[in-house]
Amino acid sequence: MEAGTQRAIPAIPKEELLQMYEQMLRIRIFEEQVNELYTSGKMPGLAHLYIGEEAVAVGVCRALRREDYITSTHRGHGHCLAKGAAVNQMFAELLGKAAGYCHGKGGSMHIADPETGNLGANAIVGGSTAIAVGAALSAKMRGTEQAVVCFFGDGAFAQGILYEAMNMAALWKLPVIYVCESNMYGEYTATREAAAGEVLARPQACGIPVKEVDGQEVRAVFGAAKEQVERARRGGGPGFLICHTYRFRGHHVGDVNRSHYRSAEEEEAWIRERDPVRLLGLFLIRQRLADASALEKIDQTIRAEITAGVQFALEAPYPEPGEVTQNVYP
Amino acid sequence: MRELTFGQAIKEALVEEMRRDPTVFIIGEDVAEAGTVFKVLSGLVDTFGRERVIDSPISEAGVTGLGVGAAMTGMRPVVDIMFGDFITLAMDQIVNQAAKVHYMSGGKLRVPLVIRTTMGATRRSAAQHSQSLYAWLAHIPGLKVVLPSTPADAKGLLKSAIRDDSPVVFFEDKMMYQLKGPVPEAEYTVPLGVADVKRSGTDVTIVATSSMVQVALEAAARLEGDGISVEVVDPRTLMPLDKSALVESAKKTGRVIVVDEGYEQYGVTAEIAAVIAEGAFDHLDAPVRRMGAMNVPVPFSPVLEDQTVPTAAAVAGAAKQLCGRT
Repeated sequence: MEAGTQRAIPAIPKEELLQMYEQMLRIRIFEEQVNELYTSGKMPGLAHLYIGEEAVAVGVCRALRREDYITSTHRGHGHCLAKGAAVNQMFAELLGKAAGYCHGKGGSMHIADPETGNLGANAIVGGSTAIAVGAALSAKMRGTEQAVVCFFGDGAFAQGILYEAMNMAALWKLPVIYVCESNMYGEYTATREAAAGEVLARPQACGIPVKEVDGQEVRAVFGAAKEQVERARRGGGPGFLICHTYRFRGHHVGDVNRSHYRSAEEEEAWIRERDPVRLLGLFLIRQRLADASALEKIDQTIRAEITAGVQFALEAPYPEPGEVTQNVYP
Repeated sequence: MRELTFGQAIKEALVEEMRRDPTVFIIGEDVAEAGTVFKVLSGLVDTFGRERVIDSPISEAGVTGLGVGAAMTGMRPVVDIMFGDFITLAMDQIVNQAAKVHYMSGGKLRVPLVIRTTMGATRRSAAQHSQSLYAWLAHIPGLKVVLPSTPADAKGLLKSAIRDDSPVVFFEDKMMYQLKGPVPEAEYTVPLGVADVKRSGTDVTIVATSSMVQVALEAAARLEGDGISVEVVDPRTLMPLDKSALVESAKKTGRVIVVDEGYEQYGVTAEIAAVIAEGAFDHLDAPVRRMGAMNVPVPFSPVLEDQTVPTAAAVAGAAKQLCGRT
């Protein structure tokens, strides 16, 4: 961990901390419901849960404006919600309903919401790394001061296009922040078995400033992201933020027997000691910014919102069969 | 009418569209001062500056992805991929990203991207700089694929491609850059999806694409001396494909040869032959004949390479056979 990480945590107003807590909890409970929809056979296909990584999306997106862009990944529900997506349309999309963000055509791995600057989740590992550079070049050419965040996992260190993208972003000083959610595994393979050498040496070789943070501490993530986003917005070029985190569940909802690639002890330790939602909750209580009953109230509000969202999606109609041929071409 | 080369017509289309629309920009390897290795874009950087004519690293996948991202966010990029063979390096960005973004997002996002690239053999460039790989892209729903065969078509089709809200892959035959032809001075576009009858005839239809249009016209001229009247139909775009124009010509002549420079196996000739068989079966006097590039990697030695591409003599021979005049 970089020296001075703690000092890098900015003073964040109470209201904003509570909003971050609420947003992380929204993602947590949303994802628990997604798992429930899967196990009860109500959701077609699979989903890759963001549980355990909430502080990354929330901390980073808190540093962004609504008009800033993000590109997301197969594990993208958290990014979408953190950037401002509504749970109703998210659930509807996951169930393949017409009311979903993509009218049921995208599903879990392709949710896009241009209104909140979300250019879409991408089911190709590393697939959006160059798209993010293009959005950043576009912002620069249009003179908008928009910043772009490219979320990706540590599995993408093995994809060539990441290096093509970082090279161009650095050459042309484009306002894009590469946010690596380093959760230690690419599917069922440990990153140490897939990435040779030092991963941070890669962006550094392109001259991109790197920042390393504890991805379970939303305040630290926010502080580092804010610094990089502001520099990029001022024309300072790209940034690279590595957030050390952990996916509490499997690669996807069906990945329940995980002992062949990681131990139950490892998982339990992360869940017990490094839960980002609980860590912020404890901080709020210790700093007397909220008491247990205030947090409980937030919990109840979010649970009601999620329950209503699931209900909305379950009752929503499917697309008309004729829609299958719509939107192939504009 | 004034004459321009194929390359000049392409450059003129770009100049006009860049003047017309400030969101249009060009990016690719050696597009600026070098004006591309084929010199098609010479001088363009002087007019529009390096902000809009951008030299890129040799990163076909990265540059194509950049084009997708810029197109999704309000720009109209024209990505230059020097050789069509290199499009293989960008296939994920073209096939999984550009082609699918509009559909996957339920119509919310658009990718008004043009990828200009090249095709064609007989330039002694061997197996990795000579292929005509457009069938790969025409296979993918969400993409449009353009194959101009004359300077006038190249200009009008490129202008339409740039204005189109879909990703369009525009293939230019390297051997054709110096080909001259009449190009109107007044503003015009050629719509995507409309075939052109390059020569009218009654005995046999030759459907020909890109480089093979000239081959077909030469064959038609030879066959005229033999009393065979040839109709040459150029689809101009593979996607959208003007099926009705192809079927109409087939119904009129009853005999069809499809000539294309892509590999013959699983290629454009097969698709077009199937379209004609489905649409004009009862009017055909013979099975549709296909002539594509030989199913071998393009060889270097001229003696070998020249065998791999259909020639006017071969097409004329096939037409005679089809008309029972062997």
